[in-house]
Amino acid sequence: MKKKLLSLILAVSMTALCGCAGGTSVQSGDKPEVGSDVPVDENAPVYGGNIVVGVQQDIDSLDPHKATAAGTKEILFNIFEGLVKPDEDGNLIGAVASGYTLSEDGYTYTFFLREGVKFHNGETVTAEDVKYSLERASGLLDGTPLISVLSIVTDVTVSDDGKEVTVTVSDPNPELIYNFTAAIIPAGSGEDSESEPIGTGPFKFVSYKPQESIVVEKNQDYWVEGVPYVDGATFKIIADPDTALLEMKGGNIDIYAYLTDSQATEISDYMNVEHAASNVVQALFLNNAVAPFDDVNVRRAVCYALGGDEVNEFVAGGNGTVVASAMLPALGDYYNDVTSIYGTSADPGKAKEVLAEAGYTDGISFRIDVPSNYEFHMQTAEVIAEQMKAAGIDATINPVEWNTWLSDIYTDRNYQATISGITSDLTPGYLMDRFESTSSKNFINYASGVFDAELAAKNARKTLEGRVAHYKKLQEIMADDAATAFIQIGPVTTAFSKNLHGYKFYPVYVQDLSTVYKS
Amino acid sequence: MKFVIRRLITLIVTLLLVSVMAFVAFQIIPGDVVRGLLGTEATPEREAALRAELMLDEPPVTRYFHWMGGVLTGNLGTSYRYAKNMNEMMPVAELIGDKLPVTLTLALLSVILIILVSIPLGVLWARTTSGFFDGFLNVITQISMAVPSFFIGVMVTYVCGILVHLFVPGGYVSYREDPAGFVGYLIFPAISIAIPKIAMTARFLRNSMLTEFKADYVRTAYSKGATKLRVMYHHVLKNAMIPVITFLGMIVAEIVAGSIVIEQVFSLPGVGRLLISSISTRDFPVVEILIMYITGVVIIVYFVIDVLYRIADPRISEK
Repeated sequence: MKKKLLSLILAVSMTALCGCAGGTSVQSGDKPEVGSDVPVDENAPVYGGNIVVGVQQDIDSLDPHKATAAGTKEILFNIFEGLVKPDEDGNLIGAVASGYTLSEDGYTYTFFLREGVKFHNGETVTAEDVKYSLERASGLLDGTPLISVLSIVTDVTVSDDGKEVTVTVSDPNPELIYNFTAAIIPAGSGEDSESEPIGTGPFKFVSYKPQESIVVEKNQDYWVEGVPYVDGATFKIIADPDTALLEMKGGNIDIYAYLTDSQATEISDYMNVEHAASNVVQALFLNNAVAPFDDVNVRRAVCYALGGDEVNEFVAGGNGTVVASAMLPALGDYYNDVTSIYGTSADPGKAKEVLAEAGYTDGISFRIDVPSNYEFHMQTAEVIAEQMKAAGIDATINPVEWNTWLSDIYTDRNYQATISGITSDLTPGYLMDRFESTSSKNFINYASGVFDAELAAKNARKTLEGRVAHYKKLQEIMADDAATAFIQIGPVTTAFSKNLHGYKFYPVYVQDLSTVYKS
Repeated sequence: MKFVIRRLITLIVTLLLVSVMAFVAFQIIPGDVVRGLLGTEATPEREAALRAELMLDEPPVTRYFHWMGGVLTGNLGTSYRYAKNMNEMMPVAELIGDKLPVTLTLALLSVILIILVSIPLGVLWARTTSGFFDGFLNVITQISMAVPSFFIGVMVTYVCGILVHLFVPGGYVSYREDPAGFVGYLIFPAISIAIPKIAMTARFLRNSMLTEFKADYVRTAYSKGATKLRVMYHHVLKNAMIPVITFLGMIVAEIVAGSIVIEQVFSLPGVGRLLISSISTRDFPVVEILIMYITGVVIIVYFVIDVLYRIADPRISEK
């Protein structure tokens, strides 16, 4: 008998968020048959086979709560699941939980556990496992929150029948639900030194060889019926992009993401290439605390001189989206298109004018420190240096090793300008809160009383819809201050072997292999 | 015996010095391991917890002696960067032990190729000092010596892998799964390493033989009625090989220590690649042991050369 797939789609869709208030928010509905949203091909999905996914970075941890690198999370997405998980439209859907309610006052979440979800070791997920996982991630176990946003969780309790888990928070935050994507792991496994990574996701962990590969196999007991299609997958670590190209030409790789535009052109005869929007906001970050960027006029001049359109064309083949704020356009209502303030195209004349008015008649000069391991940022730097030159600004490029970038530039804030990207999650707060003057992540030293006040007003609103207007205002304030020169949302350019189908692009940094199959 | 003991002491002192230098270098270079591991979204609590876990909150001298104490008792420490399973980090010994067979096999294959090709080539070349063959070899060896090995690697990949399909680029298989396939794949990087070294060794041997040909003992041998072949192989080659052994030894040390570039080109998970990534991630325990390993290999190889040298030329030990 065919079991009908019933799943509660949690009503926290980014696009539909204005339709629901902050109170009780569970909607019930049929989850579409998974096979049906695979792009229609002549052939129906084919079961079996193994695929090879080329990845550029080695993983930083096999512990889903401790992993910080985006490149690790995109792999672990296939092994671990939270109470909820994002779908390809950026909506949250139930995973280990089939649904949840949030109390009127915003302090209490009640999650209803999905029945019959099994860990990869064959054991059924219990409320105790959920309690353990949340306590571990939020720091209730040993005082060190592994996922910092969850540190506002004060209590996790299990209902008498073991079917519900109630989470209490100290500070209501309507965006917190996105962080319940934190992995559910077997109780005690986080402290067991021998433990292999065990989750509930579509694939089971098989092996990890540093600098070589992460191998996973199909989870036969996966709670979503019908998937995954492939029997297994190997994430092959290929650090060198030129080697990766050779391997792709050799027919050895089925999926390879984050290609540069020139690589995509080179590989297009061998593989199918597709572009999607990434969740990385690229910017020429300006250090507001040091000369010359302590002067708002200089920052504005740089914003005029910089042309996002040209950068997009040169480094992203026109597949990026030019922005002027830290928000992702994919976040829908929260995004405020403020690109008209400085224009999307380079305007050296206006830049010179602003500089002259401010008394910089001899032009200015500054240094751009660029993390040299990011080809995309390095190429962007070249274009920007030329654009600055046209406006009489002398910008020199200084390549910096990533580790040095993290400590000297990001942490110690010892720089004038740098090109980098912020990899966002699906919460608007993630992108905006960091620019509060006191934030440890405010590495541009932006200090605006107006911005801070607006942020406080935003935080006082306890519903998602109540925050929309504030988020829009925040982007306006930042743009007006020219706090930093935002450039674009770069594309995710991915190459697929020609017989690979069913790949879904997500608005977050994940690679979902459950719907992929080979013809 | 005295010679061996002296060499052993040199080895130990050098290793100690190198370990101190690597440790000091790691204190000086910019970049912080904890920030590198936790990235931009780290919280102060996690930073502090990780710093304590890795003992990075201790003074450098304490850390060095703690680490050295471990090494002396056979505990090479654990990697900062690579996980073994969910909660444990990978022991350095296991991490390097896993990569070592790749690099050593690659080095062995390269050396075999170099010896098999360069010595006959050098001898053959020494016999024809003019004409087309000489000119041809001259040009070919010049070119192979001048081209960097990574480029040769790329060319070998392109020609043998993409055009002729002799192997699948990136189709590396682990020695654990398929030893034959493993060696089959390694032949191509070995060729890339060997080509410039073959050119150098062949030239070196040829020149060395030509010099020996002019020596007095050759004239003596001829006047005693020795044939050209006998002079060539019995007298000249033997003497000409002495500097070549040193040269080959240097090449062996160079290959074992530095197949770094070729490992990158062929995406081989060997120690060279591990070294590069460990430096960039500030994975101190791994880098420290790798540097000591490379130093050890170089010293030991030179020691072996010295011994071979004495066997080949008894005059040396008499000096």
